[in-house]
Amino acid sequence: MEKTIIKIAGLRKDYHIGEVTVHALRGINLSIDRGEFVAVMGMSGSGKSTMLNILGCLDVPTKGEYWLDGVDIRTLSKDQLARLRNQKLGFVFQAYNLLPRTTALENVELPLFYNSQVKSKERKERAIRALEAVGLADRMHHMPNQLSGGQQQRVAIARSLVNDPVMILADEPTGNLDTRTSFEIMELFQDLNERGRTIVYVTHEPDIARFATRNVVFRDGLIQRENMVTERLYARDVLKNLPVENIEEFETK
Amino acid sequence: MNFSNLIKIAVRALVRNRLRAVLTMLGIIIGVASVIAMLALGEGSKRSMRQEMSNMGTNMIMVMPNFMRRGGVSLGSSSSMALKMSDVEAIRNEAVNVAAVSPEVRASGQIIYGNQNAQSTIYGASEEYMEIRKLNIKTGRVFTSQEVKSMAKVCLVGQTVIENLFGEGVDPVGFNIRITNIPFLIIGTLEEKGESGMGQDQDDLIVAPYTTVQRRLAAIDYINGIYASATSEEKSPEAITEIEEILRRTHKLNDSDENDFRIMSQSELMSTMTSITDIMTYLLGAIAGISLLVGGIGIMNIMFVSVTERTREIGLRMSIGGRGKDILRQFLVESIILSILGGLLGIILGYLIAKGAGSLMDTPAYVQSKAVILAFIVCFIIGVFFGWYPARKAASLNPIDALRYE
Ligand SMILES: Nc1ncnc2c1ncn2[C@@H]1O[C@H](COP(=O)(O)OP(=O)(O)OP(=O)(O)O)[C@@H](O)[C@H]1O
Ligand SMILES: [Mg+2]
Repeated sequence: MEKTIIKIAGLRKDYHIGEVTVHALRGINLSIDRGEFVAVMGMSGSGKSTMLNILGCLDVPTKGEYWLDGVDIRTLSKDQLARLRNQKLGFVFQAYNLLPRTTALENVELPLFYNSQVKSKERKERAIRALEAVGLADRMHHMPNQLSGGQQQRVAIARSLVNDPVMILADEPTGNLDTRTSFEIMELFQDLNERGRTIVYVTHEPDIARFATRNVVFRDGLIQRENMVTERLYARDVLKNLPVENIEEFETK
Repeated sequence: MNFSNLIKIAVRALVRNRLRAVLTMLGIIIGVASVIAMLALGEGSKRSMRQEMSNMGTNMIMVMPNFMRRGGVSLGSSSSMALKMSDVEAIRNEAVNVAAVSPEVRASGQIIYGNQNAQSTIYGASEEYMEIRKLNIKTGRVFTSQEVKSMAKVCLVGQTVIENLFGEGVDPVGFNIRITNIPFLIIGTLEEKGESGMGQDQDDLIVAPYTTVQRRLAAIDYINGIYASATSEEKSPEAITEIEEILRRTHKLNDSDENDFRIMSQSELMSTMTSITDIMTYLLGAIAGISLLVGGIGIMNIMFVSVTERTREIGLRMSIGGRGKDILRQFLVESIILSILGGLLGIILGYLIAKGAGSLMDTPAYVQSKAVILAFIVCFIIGVFFGWYPARKAASLNPIDALRYE
């Protein structure tokens, strides 16, 4: 198996709005190895989401190469891209994007419906396992509007896990969550990463970026700098050293 | 995606959006039901009209004086006196395609029995009249030619007259009544005929010898009309030509003169009636079409209102691996389920409405399978199209654009 899972070169994305052209990405070169845990940082509007969407095959670049797991995605048809998203990728959105009025279990099952190899019994078992993995076994039959933001995000993560992807992409997964819940989500990601999954996530918070192994910083549609994380944080330890009272005090101040 | 997954996904989506599903279905139900009900009523009244017409005898020919001539200007009372008893005799003697002929003299007046009184029309006729107009005797007998000749004061009464004067169920044969103060003996009663297609009571009548009515009641020497029957329905046109020739001769009309009489035949009347009911059916059909359209617009409305939410749903489904065709199939199955369910409920409802309204209006509704199929197909197409069309647009977007749609 090749070591590199993502390789992009000269990646560009332009948006045309009337007369104006927005250059969201202006020539990105980046490669990510299998098993890496990468945090993407940068100012608002610098192109982080745009790149992550392209990495997740949700959007197509205007120009440039993107090799995913040794496959040039430019050669793939729409249906083949859908298959790729279904079987190799898991995407976590900042806005969760759960189906409303649909239970957590059914939401998590959804990707497996589009995989005809998975029979209905297996589908349910795998969905339950994914929900257990994110600690929501007791909330299986709750609707999204009966869950807190953090719980909804965990359902979304369970959904991204259920197809056993090689890579998980998360766009500001902790953007709407408080500190403790953010750390819990990071703990989940670190667990998954330890078990071999490549994870790329976008964040604004320097603290959250320190849970990764490598940081990539964007600026105006270009990569400003890349660096390995020197003092890496481990969510398990951080949570242990984070007394519940402290957070409450901090937040009521 | 396999078929059972497809069905499961579609059903889940419908259940999740119950209200929308019900509202969409309502549009289809209303559309189908109204088309079926309207067409059933139209067809029902057409059929009952036709039935009634043939009950009246399909080879009947009527001759009336021509009141209106040249641009609708009435030429005065003289023209209403155009028909004479001698015309009847001429037809009887000369027309080979005429089986029976009778004059008709009408008078209306007060009928008195004891302290009861009623208003009715007295038809003066010869004994052949009964057979020509398909009037049947219920009890008693018809007057004889002898009684006609002798101006006998005898009569036959219809069921409405019996009800008004004697009460329901009474057999008044042998009773004496007074018609405009002249005593008449009831010698027979007529079978019930019911209402005519135009809502006229066909049982409110008295039949008496024309001689009696002409002299004693109406005091005239002409007749109001001639009733004849052709030897067969096919001979009807020839009989009409014959009658026309005879009357033109007896009326001494020059070649340039217009007829001073009008000949109508039952088959002619029938085609007029049929075209009237046809117009009615088209009218009802148009109303039904409008409600179908309204139903369709309702469906469209609901579909387009929900397009934002559904586009996001489509974006999500695509982002987790749904292919464009998976999405389209889901939407197609959803709308097929709704259309079939709505269509079936609409058919049932339409049938019930047709029966209910039919019995209220006293015209039996007739549900044609043609109408059912038409209504169903139209609604099916509307339902499926408007379910599928917005989905097709959304499924062609990039997943991320569909997710961001607003
Ligand atoms: N669909 C779109 N149409 C037009 N312009 C877009 C679209 N999506 C993004 N852009 C533009 O592209 C640029 C990069 O946007 P992007 O969402 O990638 O930024 P970001 O780094 O994720 O910012 P944030 O931290 O606020 O989420 C911005 O200038 C934005 O206005
Ligand atoms: Mg962003």
